[in-house]
Amino acid sequence: MKVELDEPKCVASGQCVVAAPDVFDQRDEDGVAILLEEHPGAELVRDVREAVAVCPAAAIRLVEQ
Amino acid sequence: MKRIVVVGASAAGLAAVETLRREGYDGTLTLVGEESHLPYDRPPLSKQVLAAEWEPDRVALRTPADLAGHDLDLRLGVAATGLDLAAQEVSLSDGAQVPYDGLIIATGVRPRRLPGEGAHVLRTLDDALTLRERLGPGRRLVVVGAGFLGAEAAAVAWRLGAKVTLLEPASVPLSHAVGEQVGQVLAQAHVDHGVNLRTGVSVTEVTDEGVRLGDGEEVEADEVLVAIGSLPNTAWLADSGLSVGDGVVCDEYCEAARNVFAAGDVARWYNPLFGMSMRIEHRTNAAEQGMAAARNLLNSQARKAFAPVPYFWSDQYDMKIQAHGYLRGHDEVAVVEGDLGERRFVAAYRTGDRLAGALAVGMPPKAIRGWRSAIAAGVTWQEAVHGATTV
Repeated sequence: MKVELDEPKCVASGQCVVAAPDVFDQRDEDGVAILLEEHPGAELVRDVREAVAVCPAAAIRLVEQ
Repeated sequence: MKRIVVVGASAAGLAAVETLRREGYDGTLTLVGEESHLPYDRPPLSKQVLAAEWEPDRVALRTPADLAGHDLDLRLGVAATGLDLAAQEVSLSDGAQVPYDGLIIATGVRPRRLPGEGAHVLRTLDDALTLRERLGPGRRLVVVGAGFLGAEAAAVAWRLGAKVTLLEPASVPLSHAVGEQVGQVLAQAHVDHGVNLRTGVSVTEVTDEGVRLGDGEEVEADEVLVAIGSLPNTAWLADSGLSVGDGVVCDEYCEAARNVFAAGDVARWYNPLFGMSMRIEHRTNAAEQGMAAARNLLNSQARKAFAPVPYFWSDQYDMKIQAHGYLRGHDEVAVVEGDLGERRFVAAYRTGDRLAGALAVGMPPKAIRGWRSAIAAGVTWQEAVHGATTV
């Protein structure tokens, strides 16, 4: 599994960090999401799917390889 | 459960169908959408799309391939026209009757309008594309309503060089939502950028030349945008027997009747975190409630109350506004960080003895996540703002 973050779309809501704190963080200065783990383990996939679903900018994709 | 129908193909409806599939539902799944577009995102319409920074394909919420993977019975360009609860059937504008075992209502809202012809509204992608064709240097735009949508559109039009007049019936824009002091700060941003903000004026109709005010004055414009709020799309439910009153009335599980749920802008549900019924027109709520409704529909033995901390953001000029919680009906506002005059602050909102919300302008978004946690935890006002200055 690979996580893709479309950074210019990010609106800095931080919803992804709430949903998947092991995979996402926010930049201190402007809150734009940071991808901590591009290839999360299977145990994190549920959290990432939640983050994809709650992102209010549709800026996250989970690509199943 | 073998047949689920989701009515409404925007953020809430999309979240519902995706959640249903993710949770293992493999029966027939019908998604009905009144617009002919595949599901797309609305917040950028009054921002990047109106500013012509994004082309329409950028607002697609999912790729066609992602959607195809959900094996949907997708019916776009078709509106729901009726609901028969006893027969468990939805009627569509193309004459079809769609039977269901479970139903999720996510039909959203439509813009309120004014009498008279020729004004723009800003709800759909087509609305945004139509308006942006008409904006440009020197064009005179009148925006009726200085709420978040009107304010964002005014800011974009100003940036495009338009001469913008913003008309607002309240004496302080947004004061009912964010309080007078914060409302004044946001209003001042329009003034500082040279937007002609006129408050305390009512607009009675759209005319050939512009708009007419309550006192008879006519304000001339090349284009008029009416942004005076929205109405829930519930007309198709009028004879259904569902309880409808400023939205589809639901319990804390987002259930309106047995196996009938509502989500997103159209849903009025009881939020146990705040102990009150609410209807929230925020983008994040649409997705979260679509997911919650889908899960509760599938897991009737293990339903979970939907108790979110609402969240919204707004981009105006160089300001990023973010708010967590439920600000309306607050009893007190306190600036807890920063300075109102610098348009860089966090304001906390008290309702009763509780911290009900927090709104930040120009602050690092990460820094206000702590406020979200405090609201979710239901902390008292004293705990939350100890030492802060009351405005």
